[in-house]
Amino acid sequence: MTAALLFEQFLNGLQFGLMLFLMSAGLTLVFGVMGLINLAHGSLFMIGAFFCAAAAGLTGNFWLGLAAGMAAAAAAGALIEVTVMRRLYTRDHLDQVLATFALILILSEGTKILFGPFPLYLDVPPLLTGTVDLGLTPYPLYRLALIVAGIGVALGLWLLIGRTRLGIRIRAGENDREMIAALGVNIRALYTVVFALGAALAGLAGALVGAVQSVQVGMGEPVLILAFVVIVIGGIGSIRGAMVGALLVGVIDTMGRFLLPQVFALFLDPSKASGAGAALASILVYLLMALILVIRPKGLFPVHA
Amino acid sequence: MKFRKNALACASVLALGAGVAQADPVTVGLITTLSGGGAGLGVDVRDAFELALQMAGSDAIHLVVEDDGQRPENAVQIADRMIQSEGAQILTGIIWSNLAMAVVPAVTAQDVIYVSPNAGPSALAGAGCTPNYFNAAYQNDTMHEAAGQYANTLGYQNAFIMAPNYPAGVDALTGFKRYFQGTLAGEVYTQLGQTDFAAEIAQIRASGADSIFIFEPGGMGISFMRQYAQSGVDLPIISAAFTFSQDVLPAVGDAALGVINTAEWSPDMDNEANVAFVAAFQEAYGRLPSVYAAQSFDTANLILSALAAADISDLEAFRTAMRAADFDSVRGSFRFGNNQHPIQNYYAREVVSVDGVLTNRIVGTAFEDHQDVYAADCAME
Repeated sequence: MTAALLFEQFLNGLQFGLMLFLMSAGLTLVFGVMGLINLAHGSLFMIGAFFCAAAAGLTGNFWLGLAAGMAAAAAAGALIEVTVMRRLYTRDHLDQVLATFALILILSEGTKILFGPFPLYLDVPPLLTGTVDLGLTPYPLYRLALIVAGIGVALGLWLLIGRTRLGIRIRAGENDREMIAALGVNIRALYTVVFALGAALAGLAGALVGAVQSVQVGMGEPVLILAFVVIVIGGIGSIRGAMVGALLVGVIDTMGRFLLPQVFALFLDPSKASGAGAALASILVYLLMALILVIRPKGLFPVHA
Repeated sequence: MKFRKNALACASVLALGAGVAQADPVTVGLITTLSGGGAGLGVDVRDAFELALQMAGSDAIHLVVEDDGQRPENAVQIADRMIQSEGAQILTGIIWSNLAMAVVPAVTAQDVIYVSPNAGPSALAGAGCTPNYFNAAYQNDTMHEAAGQYANTLGYQNAFIMAPNYPAGVDALTGFKRYFQGTLAGEVYTQLGQTDFAAEIAQIRASGADSIFIFEPGGMGISFMRQYAQSGVDLPIISAAFTFSQDVLPAVGDAALGVINTAEWSPDMDNEANVAFVAAFQEAYGRLPSVYAAQSFDTANLILSALAAADISDLEAFRTAMRAADFDSVRGSFRFGNNQHPIQNYYAREVVSVDGVLTNRIVGTAFEDHQDVYAADCAME
């Protein structure tokens, strides 16, 4: 094992973590501001990828596809908020889980009806193909771009929440819903905007990742599970927590998949070692979550301490 | 209410029975995956089966289709319902080995015939073989054995091998290793449903391998190939057909060009049945058939041939007719071994672009008349 390989794996973990952050940011915002558990967040990721692939396929331009993917996810988010979510804010969390699970099924089948049952093709834009030499190792340019995009969005989100009027309202909404409504803020509109923002971030993640993944029905659910792990680790409702949690999960998952089989290979034969290592690596992030919950039951950065 | 519904159903069945007195069609239940991420495979199985019935112009089969959603518990329920309330005497259609394992033993124990158009788990090929179970596709290991064998032909010495960590993935690597004579530069199990392969590609880059064997069916293969193409690693890839079948090729794109993959069938096979099948499939559905479609088409014709030769009410005679496999397979030659799994040729195919459409072309033969290793453990003669 060389330094080059470790460095490359660290970058891979970073990139995976930043994409997880795009997913978790929306999820944690919606939970923090509205107290809503949205299982259909993964479907918005899928919608972003499908509309990006379809638009890029039609126009031949990835960037138009990216815009279309984000816009479609945001629009779907706003529509879902107005038609379904509004009825759920005062309901029990279990009712929310039930309703948003139904949304997963409806959106998956709807996507299949609209785009067909076969996976779609979405290519990396020509500008970002190939590899760059990072000294230690060549690295895919597109993955590097994903890292930059992830950091950019995180910075933008930090500015939005910390420095703008909308951000003040979002933070106020997290702290005391009734009070800001009493102060004359249109809480209904705020909820729609926050939900659409979260949806747009999920759509962006879907579209970005769609270029190096299979764009297919059900692609959002595996990411959704990890996004929930991320926000539980980070502290539900905390954007900062989502960032730290996402990077932790991304790096630990990637490193675990790569290092654990090698550790097992020290005392098992290669075939058994790779099986056992892969099995342990797949539960590593959940072990991490359990450990953090034991030490800090409300996550690393609890919002309502 | 339920009683009334049942009574109505009985009445309509009676009425139907009176209408077609000469030869009642046999109900065949097709359970396959028509929703979710694996839907593309099931759609091909259903479409090809319906096409075969249409082309044969036969009314010997009454086909009932249901979606299992790729869930074993759904498949089990659907199978029970099809047998008990629809009177299905033959079941088929299941894509996935874990679903087949949940359904087949229970179904065959009730003296219902099951014909597999895809899954071929080893547990049903060896000691667990049964007279009511026919596999018209392949035994899981054999496709990968062919890849291992052909890797020798290509002169590969040091392979990096990779598959998802679940029974079929373990079977795949076992099958490849059974015939591959070179050394292994690395052996990696990925997670089922994994979407990011950066960690594995980095290991491949560092491994010093001269070739890669992968078994990553469905979306996993698409993701891997798209990321591999961007990685700057340029080792030759060999695989079994699943990862480079017609259902995923358009989504993988040009990254798949030149990849060698092994299968018992290819769209360019030049026999009469296959030429007619490929043309009719394209005509009917506007796309090229996948290996799953070809297997399903053969499954339908196999069942039709047996129904023409024997009455299913005499199960022994019907099974004998099935074992004879007297139909024109799109694979050319097709016959059953003692465990009622195929003995057939396995070919090496290369992904090529024909008029802008990615497809497979045969470039060599991996095995002739190859039988799975589990047949020896099967007690049937």
